[in-house]
Amino acid sequence: MLKSRTGPLIYLGVLILFPLVVRDSYYQHLMILVLMWVTIGSGWNIIAGYTGQVSFGDAAFFGSGAYTAGLLAHKLGFSAWWGLGLGGLVALAIAFPFGWICFRLRGAYFALATLALNEICRHLATVWESLTDGMVGILVMQTFVSKIPYYYIALALAVLSVLCVEWIVHSRLGYYFISIREDQDAAESLGIDTHYYKMVSLSFAAFLTGLAGSLYMNYMGFIDPEVVFSLHDISIMAILVGIVGGVGTIYGPAVGAFVMVAVSEIFRTAGFGFLKYLSQATGWGFMNLVTKYVSEAHVLTFGVLVVLVILLMPNGVVGDWPKLRRLVSRAR
Amino acid sequence: MAILELQDVGKNFGGLRAVDEVSFAVQEGEIFGLIGPNGSGKTTIFNLINHYYPVTDGKIVFHGRDITRLKTFQICRLGIGRTFQVVKPLARMTVLDNVIASTFLHTKHMGQARQAAEETIEFCGLSVYANHLAKSLPIASRKRLEITRALATRPKLLLLDETAAGLNPGELDEAIQLIKDIRDSGVTIIIVEHIMKVIMSISDRIHAINYGRTIAEGTPKEVAANPKVIEAYLGEEVHA
Repeated sequence: MLKSRTGPLIYLGVLILFPLVVRDSYYQHLMILVLMWVTIGSGWNIIAGYTGQVSFGDAAFFGSGAYTAGLLAHKLGFSAWWGLGLGGLVALAIAFPFGWICFRLRGAYFALATLALNEICRHLATVWESLTDGMVGILVMQTFVSKIPYYYIALALAVLSVLCVEWIVHSRLGYYFISIREDQDAAESLGIDTHYYKMVSLSFAAFLTGLAGSLYMNYMGFIDPEVVFSLHDISIMAILVGIVGGVGTIYGPAVGAFVMVAVSEIFRTAGFGFLKYLSQATGWGFMNLVTKYVSEAHVLTFGVLVVLVILLMPNGVVGDWPKLRRLVSRAR
Repeated sequence: MAILELQDVGKNFGGLRAVDEVSFAVQEGEIFGLIGPNGSGKTTIFNLINHYYPVTDGKIVFHGRDITRLKTFQICRLGIGRTFQVVKPLARMTVLDNVIASTFLHTKHMGQARQAAEETIEFCGLSVYANHLAKSLPIASRKRLEITRALATRPKLLLLDETAAGLNPGELDEAIQLIKDIRDSGVTIIIVEHIMKVIMSISDRIHAINYGRTIAEGTPKEVAANPKVIEAYLGEEVHA
């Protein structure tokens, strides 16, 4: 028991010390994003990884959490921090009727329904201008200048969600979720109310994702429908965090979030400015073009990455850890 | 007293009448055999009893209570367990975890669920495989896992769907012994089986169907001698 926890505890220790050691606010910003993705990834992992109901619509919960916090501040003058708890509840309120209706669908059909939910929410937020100000978006004054308070709040949420997953997995809920994933008919014949437990699972996922959305609003200070209800920047990213880290593993999202934020940032900034530097240093004209293409290719890379992970490490970094270790030791 | 009663139960799949006016009553404590040629509707009857399919007409009564419209999981909670002909192990879980998922029906406590699961696994003779993944089991053990899991929900009535098919003679004898042990522990059993050795040796009574209709009911001897049953299995006598 102790041994299996040393890895995660060291990781946690590093995370706690990180902002005290690394003072550069850019890297602190990246780590806040990583921690936010740990929370979202853990939520996705509960419904998709453990319960087997793949969601392509996490942005619906993320965005509604973000908009709850934003509108509280913008329309009612409350602190957006109140939205942190409320955002999770609003996401839950959206998940509930959706799950009630759509959990009659199975497999790919359910996934398609989540995709539709994503798009419905995005359109609503865009069109309902009297409430959301549409594409203008919502601007809220940030509370802190320093990134450190945001960092620790994000860390607390991330730890909370990992603990939440761990608690679920080792309780009756976890057994029921996994039974449903493995064979819904068998689960039903064992006396498990599969519809009810799928709802419970989705509620956990929506709540955590909504929390992350509210945090995003508080931290970034600006949201619009294209950002927080984005299909590929939120929903697909959540899936990638889950798959790369390891579907149905407790610590998978914590690893996947790190890898995915790093990969997307490396591409967005063209190797942290390395390619730009290279083109200036060498004076080769075509390097400018390469830099431009690379920085625009991050969505493409996501696709390639998914193919590679599914082919080579179908259980993700955490799930295939023994396999990875063998590879490394053989290379030595 | 009849533990389970089917009253004129019918099932239509589109235009096909798969089960037609089938009625029978299973007495508490007996092993009740259900036989019939391939496609005669045996598994469909099981699927109707635990509401895997909705019943088209007729009524199913369990312990004096109409369960026709209840959902599958509710029927299980009332005390009807079943196994599947095409086994449905929870593949990426260990045998122990498969059974714990069942025993959680009666407790929320992890320790109690685990203990009950271990006892059931022991009773069914699967202890050596307890920590193996369900997908790694050979077919005989998978069938046994089906029984173990169903039994772990503590049913009063157990529906066994071809649990002996595909077993070698040694495994067959073990399976027969297990079914008898389960009956002796106070569980009523309805069994669908193609292997006559099994069904004839353990059933107290047998109900035979063909094309979804009842053709005979009685003790194994009576049913085996029934001309309609012989005709269903072997065809009509041909006069040259």
